[in-house]
Amino acid sequence: MTQKIRAPHPKEVRVVLKGMEDPNSFTIKAFQSHGGYEAAKRAVTMEPDAIIAEVKNSGLRGLGGAGFPTGVKWGFISKTPTKPVYLVCNADEGEPGTFKDRQIMEHVPHRLIDGMIIAASAIGAKTGYIYVRCELRLAIERLKAAVEEAYAAGFLGKNIFSSGRTFDLTVHMGAGSYICGEETALIESLEGDRGQPRLKPPFPAVSGAFGGPTIVNNVETLCQVPGIINNGAEWFLKLGKGTPRAAGTRLLCVSGDVQSPGFFELPVGFNLKTLLYEVCGGPNPGRQLKACYPGGSSSPVLRADEFDVDIDFDALAAKGTMAGSGAIIVMDDRRSMPEMAMRTARFYAHESCGQCVPCREGTKWTYKMLKRLVHGEGTETDIKNVIDACQNMAGKTICVLSDACAMPVTSLIRKFPHEFEALARPDSEVKPALPRVSGQLGALMASIRERQTKA
Amino acid sequence: MSYKFSSDLETHFQWLLTRYPKKDAVLLPLLHRVQDEAGYLTPDAIDYVASRLDLSPGRVKEVASFYSLFRLNKKGKYVLQVCHTLSCYLRGSDDLIQRAKEILGIEEGETTPDGLFTLERVECLASCGTAPMMQVNLWDFHEELNVEKLESIIKGLREGKCANPSYVERTKQGGVA
Repeated sequence: MTQKIRAPHPKEVRVVLKGMEDPNSFTIKAFQSHGGYEAAKRAVTMEPDAIIAEVKNSGLRGLGGAGFPTGVKWGFISKTPTKPVYLVCNADEGEPGTFKDRQIMEHVPHRLIDGMIIAASAIGAKTGYIYVRCELRLAIERLKAAVEEAYAAGFLGKNIFSSGRTFDLTVHMGAGSYICGEETALIESLEGDRGQPRLKPPFPAVSGAFGGPTIVNNVETLCQVPGIINNGAEWFLKLGKGTPRAAGTRLLCVSGDVQSPGFFELPVGFNLKTLLYEVCGGPNPGRQLKACYPGGSSSPVLRADEFDVDIDFDALAAKGTMAGSGAIIVMDDRRSMPEMAMRTARFYAHESCGQCVPCREGTKWTYKMLKRLVHGEGTETDIKNVIDACQNMAGKTICVLSDACAMPVTSLIRKFPHEFEALARPDSEVKPALPRVSGQLGALMASIRERQTKA
Repeated sequence: MSYKFSSDLETHFQWLLTRYPKKDAVLLPLLHRVQDEAGYLTPDAIDYVASRLDLSPGRVKEVASFYSLFRLNKKGKYVLQVCHTLSCYLRGSDDLIQRAKEILGIEEGETTPDGLFTLERVECLASCGTAPMMQVNLWDFHEELNVEKLESIIKGLREGKCANPSYVERTKQGGVA
């Protein structure tokens, strides 16, 4: 079932989603009638350095959540590679609360191909893959049909746009694993392995898919590229806050306790409060907003009194949280924060790949202890142990999944301590899930932790 | 070994091999198609896939068991997967799961005695703005659900009617993988 196509909200600026109101927006004909593939056509004749410079100047950042400057990333690819270069699109959208890439792939799949042709020209890739999560069948069907149309039109394959360049593109299905959204896990999975993240370095730009230099970019990031090539870096900067650190537009996904949840393409730096209260109609009748995850379930929560903030990477980082994947999950005053913490931890415990012990054990114990607490069987020690477990997994694993669990959980406990304490029973009544490590071993662990913090 | 690719799948397999520089890389797309054909990844099918890719059956099973959407066991004709992650929870997924359990008379993870339905909880499926949601058989999304809609979907499936007709059309064409 496709999502209802809604007319854009007056505050929206549709660049990536441009033309999606057209019922046939996913066809090559409709896409070209809105100026589609003009950018790719130009890019194949441009010098790679010129493309990279334009994207660098535009301030485009990785919109999968990391916010790394896209042009800089492309610049890491060697100009004289000894192995084939690959371009991989990360369409394994899995962060709870996020459903933006799905909209792009279902409604304007050709924009992604347009962007990928440009990116491939910039980095010298002759082969590209779109790694999509397999549940998004409609997106996959439309992408595959779009790829076929693009081949038939001579935009993919050999001698694209009669430029002499080659670019082959294949849609590749994942199989239901959140961790495959991490770029090295995605590469492992693409190669036909278990999706377990790799140690870095080497970074994918040096040695990625099939041993070749590889660039992995998110769907939305790649879809911003045609606009930049068509209209220039200056235009893109002005769409956002006008600075290279907060440029362009972003798709924001709002879900949970608001009157009109949905996806909105808005200028980077749009105010969170305005988004929730005006664009999304505010809380349900008789309710008040309590908190939100501003950037997917892995971002530290914001209390309602902290909502007056711009939605961009730097402004949210200054508030101790992150813009992440642009997914805003809103909770109103009915919601129990320990319950939310438990459900968040359950997700990460389920999705931990099991490779690193701190994450495999840490996420599971965090979940178990929060579950005890929610069921009225937890103790004060359990709360301390949750924080302890979170501190001992974040930053201590190959990838950031453990951080993604630790950050929201600890922020919920810190910002709503009374709700957790109210559920906890005294240690004298119930045995904690895990004993507090004390005595000599405890002192040793504390000193190790202290040394690590200093280092 | 009784399992073999159908002629369609054989053609698809040969095409897949041309799309990747390394043979192993076709494993995931291939397992999807095998699962579509065989219903689940039987030991026979795993052995056969391994032999076609010059891999050990252990290696294929290792990969298949890592991903939550590859099935190594037989399940019901319709697998109902209700999302229970944050946004769906906020919009009432617990009520849906409870009602589904009552209607089907089974617990989560179980299959009805007639082999028609399996009920599962799953993590986020990218329908947060249209929560709560349920997918039937890995590719049929039902969004903006409520208890009444859930009841009518299950009723429809029982009567052999697919609630989302596009699903039937797609499977007639042999799936999309």
